Amino acid sequence: MATTERPTKLWPTLEVLSPIPSELSPSTDNPDVLEINLGPNHPSTHGVLRLVAKLDGEIVVGLRNELGYVHTGIEKNLEQKTYWKGITYVPRMDYLSFFTGEVGYCMSVEKLLGLEVPRRAEYIRVIFQELTRLHSHLIFLGTGSVDLGGIALLFYCFRDRDHVLDLFEMVTGQRMHPRYCQVGGVAEDLPRGFEPEARKLVRYLRNKIGEYEGLIEKNPIWRERTVGVGVIPPDFAIKMALSGPNLRASGVDWDLRSANGGYGAYRELGYSPVLAENGDTFDRFWVRVQEMRSSLDLIEMCLDGLPSGPHIADDRKVVLPPRHELHTSMESLIHHFKIVTEGFRVPAGQVYVPIESARGEFGFYMVSDGGPKPWRVRLRPPSFVALESIAAVANGHYLADLIAILASLDPVMGDCDR
Amino acid sequence: MPEPAHEISSPTWGEPDTAAVDRLSAHLGEGGVVTHQIDRGELTIQVAVERWVDVARYLRDAEGYDFLSDLMTVDWLGYSGEVAGYWSSGAFAGKDLNRVGSSGLAAVATAPGPKRFSVSCHLLKLLTVPSGQSRRVRIQAFVDDGEEVDTLIGVYPSADYHEREAWDMMGIPFRGHPNLKRILLPDYWEGHPQRKDYPIGGEPVQFSDDV
Repeated sequence: MATTERPTKLWPTLEVLSPIPSELSPSTDNPDVLEINLGPNHPSTHGVLRLVAKLDGEIVVGLRNELGYVHTGIEKNLEQKTYWKGITYVPRMDYLSFFTGEVGYCMSVEKLLGLEVPRRAEYIRVIFQELTRLHSHLIFLGTGSVDLGGIALLFYCFRDRDHVLDLFEMVTGQRMHPRYCQVGGVAEDLPRGFEPEARKLVRYLRNKIGEYEGLIEKNPIWRERTVGVGVIPPDFAIKMALSGPNLRASGVDWDLRSANGGYGAYRELGYSPVLAENGDTFDRFWVRVQEMRSSLDLIEMCLDGLPSGPHIADDRKVVLPPRHELHTSMESLIHHFKIVTEGFRVPAGQVYVPIESARGEFGFYMVSDGGPKPWRVRLRPPSFVALESIAAVANGHYLADLIAILASLDPVMGDCDR
Repeated sequence: MPEPAHEISSPTWGEPDTAAVDRLSAHLGEGGVVTHQIDRGELTIQVAVERWVDVARYLRDAEGYDFLSDLMTVDWLGYSGEVAGYWSSGAFAGKDLNRVGSSGLAAVATAPGPKRFSVSCHLLKLLTVPSGQSRRVRIQAFVDDGEEVDTLIGVYPSADYHEREAWDMMGIPFRGHPNLKRILLPDYWEGHPQRKDYPIGGEPVQFSDDV
């Protein structure tokens, strides 16, 4: 694959911190070391993350993360809800890459059930997973540029993000957290007029992404701030279990959409991941910008090859019957009632379904005891894991670079704290 | 209903690495690997908790599982029998409402292990193989309440936060962890909320003492 063909690159060494891998304690005995709090309410910490930094002058010599400010007990809540009610909870974690949460949760239930999803639903899911990735990366780019002192990109990105959400609104009625994914497929078929709108958006964004790319690639200030800052060598990234764009920025050919053939409709679409070479802050921005391009390609491929057929599986024990049948069919009414009140039962077992969210490997570990509620759901949040490496990466950098590195790792605190 | 004969859309774990299980069990000797099973294409190796770190180190160094996807804990208290009790009663007792679209005989879920908690890891071959041939494996060990598990930080440094979370949420202590503090909940929190016997909705209201 691509990683093996490339000439071996000399990476700087980055040791895992010891004894605590996620915490940097100052080695200097300088009495002037200053301890400052970044956050929890600091605009650059992307939500409510508290970084306790120890500074020697302007150099970061100690760093500790304090998490948990937006812990809402989603894992515990999911144990109290029937499977189909849980679908609304998961997207509230990673609220920027919301649709991936829905898809991953539904996929793990489907894996437990052994339920087949119609091809059309798989394609629709991919369209919306890629739209949500666009949404997430646009916000990443916008807020990331604010962290680096450029305000213009924020407005551009938020404007375009609204166009992405317009499509969600058109199909689902909601702009965010649409609960569009269902166990067995998607809740509704695409409305008429979706395809031209989607193609319009693809054309529009393809233009715009070129502009944004120019804004960061050709901007000397941006390059000064990011090139060579916070280099993560691949072996360190693997040790600290970085995933997603953060890993691919270090040149590791790993994307769950393509690894082992991918999942869902990605299997048929044949995706090849975007890789960067240097693993610095610039590359982590660059990879995401390029990923937006490939997302647009994927959306276009899905629109071109969108299969006809049902949008949801036809298993009446799991899937809600079509609305119109409720007026005429007693059985449908009973099924509807049973699924809504009691939920459907899922065979006992444990599964782990990792999917590629905008932030990396979003894993769903689900244990069923055979009842209508999951016994245990463990969500493996990519942001939670990504934050472990920030102390080692920011070691010896300027405080301002710490902000840039944090922005480039793209943590979402809702995702991290659940 | 016949067994589903189609392709499930979720990502594959790769071919179950059963040869690695044999080698692992030969390496560990008697009592290391308790059992292994393949369910829904996922290979689970149940190991003795005393050999937890040995297992991880062997899988990393000799088998090439270089990436710790996730570390998680499950409380199996009441998994089988009464508490799990989503089984029908009365006229429907014994009906298998479990399998989709069928009503065969009941197959009551049984807890997979002898002890209350399980600690599991999902390991992945990432850099060591081309990305088309990566494999995943789950290693699982069972522990009693308060029984210590050796920390995996020495093998997989990213286990740091996962283990802190397991302590915070499930109350499983990790021996040798350099910083085993609560991570998501505040330090003064009492109890471990992810446990099955943790009361729901019964938490005292904070800051209400002097009102």
